[in-house]
Amino acid sequence: MSHLIDSYASITGPDVIEQLRQLAKPLQGLKVVHVNSTKLGGGVAEILNKMIPLMNDLGIETSWEVVQGNPEFYACTKMMHNAIQGNQVQIPEKLLKVYEKTNAENAEQLRDTLTAADIVFIHDPQPAALLKHIDDRQGKWIWRCHIDASKPYGPVWKYLRKDVQHYDASIFSLAGFAQALPNPIYLIPPSIDPLNDKNIELPEDERRAVYEAFNLDPDRPLVVQVSRFDRFKDPVGVIQSFKSAKRFIPGLQLVLAGGEASDDPEGDIVLEEVRTAAADEPDIHVLLLPGDAHRTINALQSAATIIIQKSLREGFGLTVTEGMWKQKPVIGGDTGGIRLQVINHHTGFLVNSPAGAALRIRYLLKNQDKMFEMGIKAKEFVRENFLITRHIREYLTLMHALVFDSKHRIELK
Amino acid sequence: MKPTQNLNTKSPEEASVTFQVKDCALIAKATGKRARTLKDLRDILETIGPESLFYHFWGSLLRPRFEDQEYHNDFASWSAHSLNDKPVAERLGIVDPLEFDNLDELRVELMDIIDERIDELEMLPTASRDRQFEFISSDIVVFATHRTIKDPHDLKTVIPELSLGSIFYHFIDGRRRSDACIDDFSAWLATFKNKYQDVIKSIAEIDPYFSSLTNFREALTEEFVKMRPSTV
Repeated sequence: MSHLIDSYASITGPDVIEQLRQLAKPLQGLKVVHVNSTKLGGGVAEILNKMIPLMNDLGIETSWEVVQGNPEFYACTKMMHNAIQGNQVQIPEKLLKVYEKTNAENAEQLRDTLTAADIVFIHDPQPAALLKHIDDRQGKWIWRCHIDASKPYGPVWKYLRKDVQHYDASIFSLAGFAQALPNPIYLIPPSIDPLNDKNIELPEDERRAVYEAFNLDPDRPLVVQVSRFDRFKDPVGVIQSFKSAKRFIPGLQLVLAGGEASDDPEGDIVLEEVRTAAADEPDIHVLLLPGDAHRTINALQSAATIIIQKSLREGFGLTVTEGMWKQKPVIGGDTGGIRLQVINHHTGFLVNSPAGAALRIRYLLKNQDKMFEMGIKAKEFVRENFLITRHIREYLTLMHALVFDSKHRIELK
Repeated sequence: MKPTQNLNTKSPEEASVTFQVKDCALIAKATGKRARTLKDLRDILETIGPESLFYHFWGSLLRPRFEDQEYHNDFASWSAHSLNDKPVAERLGIVDPLEFDNLDELRVELMDIIDERIDELEMLPTASRDRQFEFISSDIVVFATHRTIKDPHDLKTVIPELSLGSIFYHFIDGRRRSDACIDDFSAWLATFKNKYQDVIKSIAEIDPYFSSLTNFREALTEEFVKMRPSTV
């Protein structure tokens, strides 16, 4: 019988899959539950969409539950999210009551599943308060924070900390994002799935179709930034870099592709700023893509000569990982998880200003051999470090450590 | 894992054990301790657990990185890139953990270097908030590869095929597990009486610290290619 997990062996090598099987074997029979707040959209849902079937494929009974709430609940958790990322947000008492009540109601709804689970992964702040409502829980509970919590707004972190300090372990993506907690804090970066629509190798005709669809010239160099229209992603800074570089490379083209601004009022404002900044330049293409345009994004990244992610502040930066997987050098903002991925002169360049980005665009386009070599290194770097198989290995290791109370060393047979 | 007894042993003078090849991975854990100045670094070094010292000296060999590191431990790298204090970076960078019998002696050496530098400075440089030194420790997970080596002469073909995790486990972690601070392969070769003393000595002279695991693997392969039983 063929297993989903085996389809990754051609990408990672069979040893990686064998290691996952070794880790999974002693955990068979356990019940694992992941809880987050959405099955659609966003990085967390994207990872869980593949991780759940892969865990089941490894013989660990894994399910995925989603907390349900009304618009006030989501307003509250969005404020919480922004506050943990450092914005000074005062959450009204009324909304906090909705947050508590919603968690209590969801706990009632999920009580049997959560009580019986051996391992519960709670993702982000939205369901964090579930724990206190499941008094007779049997298993180990892990809080997985996907957000950059390096500089949280004090009052909101203090509020959330009351709940998350009672978990058996917590996970942050980077050491710099972690807050001190009394439980063991694991550092597990996120990952990409090399077999999903965003990252699979597309047929040549599908890749080429993107040139026509967006009026791009396949014979001229193309710089691509894929990001929502958000000031932290500095799209206007990217345009400045592009204009500066284009004075020396007249054929240069730029694509700024982002998702539709759904419930983010600032997204519309930033998009308007971007359009204004790009108005006088026909080689800048500002694309507003639907949330499920994964293959289009894949094609754009594949068509790029250089990927840019000139963020001023960034969580992990999975668009960087995706670009590197397409064998492209990346010019990235010197911040957050981009620093883990973009290694100067190896996989791309870290930059701190539009001028720095312009300089690196020029450098790469003048040094095609170097650019090609960086692209190859970038893909291998992702293969070794940022694929979903590594992510699963680390989750399984953590589960091992908690279930068997391992201290520093886990020996498998 | 230490070499295990092989039931198919032919003669006590010949292969008395079979070597079991393992692989490993590290999983990082935050300690919650952070430093922004040399003084912070020194104070935390005084009390931080040995796993964290091990991680910051050896863990980088298995972390996402490229060859030819400018500095070989995280303390030196941070001093250079986040404090912009090259003199202390150079002094910390030259510290070779293999010269110390244990991590506590290494800890004292680091603290001495930092104290000396603090005394020299009129004002301590401070790292920006997003460039703090994050003290990290790690757990190690050890995998079976189901690969065994019976004859030491097979090492010349086996070593080049080993993963970097296997090299780390047997040569770096092995020293940590061994009371005599020797790697697993040397420990195994030593069970063949005095047959492989020369190669054991040659392996001991290869310093994995100032190298990368890839380069170290190449250097080991060269030694095993040259290997002949000692004429004792």
